Amino acid sequence: MIQVENIHKSFGDNHVLKGISTEFEKGKTNLIIGQSGSGKTVFIKCLLGLFEPDEGNIYYDGNCYSELSIKERRNLRQEMGMVFQGSALFDSMTVEGNVMFPLDMFTNQSQSEKQDRVDFVLKRVNLVDAHKRFPAEISGGMQKRVAIARAIVMNPKYLFCDEPNSGLDPKTAMLIDNLIQEITQEYDITTVINTHDMNSVMEIGEKIIFLKNGLKEWEGTNKEIFKTDNEAVTNFVYSSELFKKVRQMYIEERN
Amino acid sequence: MKYLEAIGKYFIMIWEVFKKPTKWRIMKTLILKEIDELIFGAMGIIIFISFFIGGVVTIQTALNLTNPLLPKSLIGFAARQSVILEFAPTFTSIIMAGKVGSYITSSIGTMRVTEQIDALEVMGINSLNYLVFPKIIATMMYPFAVAISMFVGILGGWVAAVFGGFAPSGDFIQGLQMDFDSYHVTYAFIKSVVFAFVIATVPSYHGFYMTGGALEVGKASTTSFVWTSVVIIIANYVLTQLLLG
Ligand SMILES: Nc1ncnc2c1ncn2[C@@H]1O[C@H](COP(=O)(O)OP(=O)(O)OP(=O)(O)O)[C@@H](O)[C@H]1O
Ligand SMILES: [Mg+2]
Repeated sequence: MIQVENIHKSFGDNHVLKGISTEFEKGKTNLIIGQSGSGKTVFIKCLLGLFEPDEGNIYYDGNCYSELSIKERRNLRQEMGMVFQGSALFDSMTVEGNVMFPLDMFTNQSQSEKQDRVDFVLKRVNLVDAHKRFPAEISGGMQKRVAIARAIVMNPKYLFCDEPNSGLDPKTAMLIDNLIQEITQEYDITTVINTHDMNSVMEIGEKIIFLKNGLKEWEGTNKEIFKTDNEAVTNFVYSSELFKKVRQMYIEERN
Repeated sequence: MKYLEAIGKYFIMIWEVFKKPTKWRIMKTLILKEIDELIFGAMGIIIFISFFIGGVVTIQTALNLTNPLLPKSLIGFAARQSVILEFAPTFTSIIMAGKVGSYITSSIGTMRVTEQIDALEVMGINSLNYLVFPKIIATMMYPFAVAISMFVGILGGWVAAVFGGFAPSGDFIQGLQMDFDSYHVTYAFIKSVVFAFVIATVPSYHGFYMTGGALEVGKASTTSFVWTSVVIIIANYVLTQLLLG
């Protein structure tokens, strides 16, 4: 579980996060939504410790990040997995090399143990025939899956995904979403996902936080987001005609 | 002011590079890879340029030594001095700043814009150590390249002198051995170690701290080449004053 307490973050005069508090539970897929530029990436980078918040605290299973020693922070980092917006695979390494990299860095396992683990996670993300290929030689959806495999290879307690399905076709996007949700439940991970994608919101939004103007405008589940009267949320979620119609039908049905 | 800040940031970067080292088992392969890329990869162009520069210097010296009272061995002497003191260490360093430096900036810069550096940091890896340290160690092999450059440069001079009909081989070689001061070679090696450090770190700095996208990677490479050359030229002046003055 991750608890966030009143975090602020500015870049010069640009006050991006203006005091956000919330909680992300274990074994659940927690979604952060909001317009482009609303600070989703900055928020997730604060959770990762890549940015230090100007104010406020973050607790990882009760441990306050700012009170941890450098060594403890390093250990905490090793319990985190991250899927970046652009996958961020190391392009000098093969798919297999990418996934094995954290194992090489942080474990003393033998080559065959590492190989077994890599084969296992690649199979888990449904990639069985791309081991020796380089990131440039596989499709965007495959890259995302490799990035997920790399993020979970160390059995993380916390998994962060920055727009894991942006730029993918709806079907592949759905597969990725479901994969992340399954993994989250299977290994009881605290998962936080940034997304623009309304399909994801409906499919896997077990908890949703809506950011607007640097503040948490709304929070709830995917069931609740369907019914909410918060105008900012409905405008954002139902910005497409299709979703407006769906909502209309839903409301009519209810009456 | 902006420059002062950049210089400060550069030295902080150097400090970070040596903190929290990566596992030796992994570092070892990284270093070998960089030696292959940065030193062996550049040998071809170094040899090519050294040979012809040595030849040109010799021809020009020969053409300027028209007084019949001056011995032909002076041609060999002049070729040796200019190749060892200046052409091998400094000239090849500028070439390296172009070839190796832009490679370093663009490879690190690409990792920056595609968030690969963030990915390293998230894993709890000191990305500066992981990326820059092996390059610094690899470029410390650079004096070997300079030694080869010296040899090939002088060889080029000999070929030009003998086959161009400017001096007989015996005279040229006698000139090569005239008043030889081994300290000049030491001086050249000291210079090349300093230049190597500059070639490894200044382009790394430009790549590591760049922002933007693919277009900016190209711009950063150009800026990095300009700054690496400027620093080399200034360091060359200072070192010459300190070591020979
Ligand atoms: N490293 C940085 N330095 C300065 N400003 C930054 C930095 N990173 C983000 N910002 C600013 O923070 C604001 C929020 O950016 P952020 O990337 O978090 O948006 P986002 O919600 O992730 O958008 P998108 O959905 O397009 O990815 C923007 O105004 C951006 O300019
Ligand atoms: Mg973003």
